[in-house]
Amino acid sequence: MSKPIEQYTWQELTLGCVMTEPGSAREYKTGDWRSQHPVWDRDRCLRCGVCWMFCPDAAIYETPEGYFDMLPDYCKGCGICGKECVTGCISYVPEGS
Amino acid sequence: MGKREGMEVSIAVSHAVQLARAEVIAAYPITPQTHIVEHLSSLVANGELDAEYITVESEHSALSACLGSMATGARTYTATSSQGLALMHEIVFIAPAMRLPLVMSVANRALSAPLSIWNDHSDIMGERDAGWVQIFVENGQEAFDHTVCAFKIAEDHRVLLPTIVNLDGFILSHVVEAIEMVDQATVDRFLPPYQPLINLNPKKPVTMGGFAMPELYTEAKMAHQMALAGSYDTIVEVWKEWGDLTGRHYKPVETYQTQGAKVLLLTMGSLGEIAELAVDDLRAKGEAVGLVKLRLWRPFPFADFRAAVADAELIVVIDRALSVGGPGGPVMAEIRNALYPLDKRPQVMGYIAGLGGRDVPPGELIQVVKQAKAGGPAVAGREFQMVGLRE
Repeated sequence: MSKPIEQYTWQELTLGCVMTEPGSAREYKTGDWRSQHPVWDRDRCLRCGVCWMFCPDAAIYETPEGYFDMLPDYCKGCGICGKECVTGCISYVPEGS
Repeated sequence: MGKREGMEVSIAVSHAVQLARAEVIAAYPITPQTHIVEHLSSLVANGELDAEYITVESEHSALSACLGSMATGARTYTATSSQGLALMHEIVFIAPAMRLPLVMSVANRALSAPLSIWNDHSDIMGERDAGWVQIFVENGQEAFDHTVCAFKIAEDHRVLLPTIVNLDGFILSHVVEAIEMVDQATVDRFLPPYQPLINLNPKKPVTMGGFAMPELYTEAKMAHQMALAGSYDTIVEVWKEWGDLTGRHYKPVETYQTQGAKVLLLTMGSLGEIAELAVDDLRAKGEAVGLVKLRLWRPFPFADFRAAVADAELIVVIDRALSVGGPGGPVMAEIRNALYPLDKRPQVMGYIAGLGGRDVPPGELIQVVKQAKAGGPAVAGREFQMVGLRE
C-alpha cells in the first residue's frame, strides 16, 4: 500500500478490499510479537532447508554460505523451525537477554 | 406484450435465470426451492442453457462455489431456503463484503425446530444484516420480473452487490400462475453480459478475501454500508427501465388505497395480495384503511416509507417472523425505528401472522384492523399480538 494503513479513508479502499499488488504482508512487521528467537548452530547444521520450508511466515532466509537465519522484522519466535530441525541445531534465546 | 403462459412459479423463476443467461449455477436442493434448481439442471443438461451447473454437497459449498465463479467474472445464480440458507450463513456475509454480485432466490420457509417445511420469513430475517440487496415479491409475475432485474441491479458497476429475491415458499413457489414471459431479444437488450470491474485473471493477479487489520475493518464496513445505501438509485432506475419495456412498474414501497387512510396495514411478500382483499372489504364498509407493501427490504427505503405513511395515525405491521425475546416482529421493529426521528409519527402495532405455513385469510386481517383500531387487546408483558393464537 502506498501509505500506512491507518491513513486510509473508507472512500480510498479498493472494491471489496481486493489487494491489487502482491506481497502486501511484507508491510506488516510481526517481529515485535516475539519473546524468543532462533539461533542456528552452524557446526551441526546440514543446510537441508527444513527450517526454511516449515517457517509459516517465510521469516527464514538462506545466507550466501547456504546456512539459514531469521528475518528479525518478521520472525514471531513460534518455535516451529526448532521443532522440525533434523539435527536439533536450532535453539532459542529469550528476547532482551 | 409478451406471451402469457400458465406455469408453476418456480419454473418461471428458472426461465428468468435462463433468459438472463446465467453462466454458472451452484445449488443444493431444499424444499420449497427444489423445483427452481431442478428445472435449471434440466435446462443445462438439455443444452437449453449454456451454463456450468455445479452439483455440490451442501449449501455452504453451493454459495462458496458461487463466490469462486463470481470472482472469475461469470454471471452466477443460486437458490435456497430455510435450513439451507442457515447452512450458508457464513458465506452469506462474505459475498457482499467481497462485492461479488450473484443472484439468489430464497423460497422463504420457517426454520426448525419444530421442523416445518412451510412458509414464513424466519429464514431470511437471520440474514437481514449480511448486506445484500433484498427484494420481496408478491406473486409469480413479480418473482419472474425481479429475478431478471436482480442481475442488472447486482452487476451494475455502481452497485456490485449480491441480490436476494425473496419469494414465499409454496404460497408462490408451488403455485401455477399465468405469467407474462419476456422474449430473449428483449432480455438481451435489457441485460448485457456481465463486465466485472475486478476479477481473477492470471494476467493481472489480485488477492480477494484478504485480511484486514483493526485499522481498516471499520472503513471496510462503512464502504459496504455506503455501497448498499447508494444502490437505491440504481434499483429504481433498473425497475423503471423494466417498466418501460414490459409495462410492469415497480417501486421500493408500494401503496394500495392509501388516499385519506388513517389506518394502514403493512406487509411484505405474498401477504400483500391478501391484505388488498381485506382493505377492499373495509373500504366497502366506509373505513379509511389502506395498505403499504415493502418491496425493497435492503437498502431500507426510508424516504419512500416515510412519505407513504405521512398521513397515517396507526400502522398495523404484519410480520411473518418472530424475534424471540425481542420486540416482536423484525419488520415492525424497523418500522418503529424509521418513524422514531419524526416529530409527527403514527402509532405502530405489531402483529405476527402466518408462521410455519399458517394460512392468513383476509377475514383474519380485517379482525386485526378492528382490534388494532380499538387499541389492541391488552396482553400484559407482550409487545406484539399473535394472529390466530390459541391460548
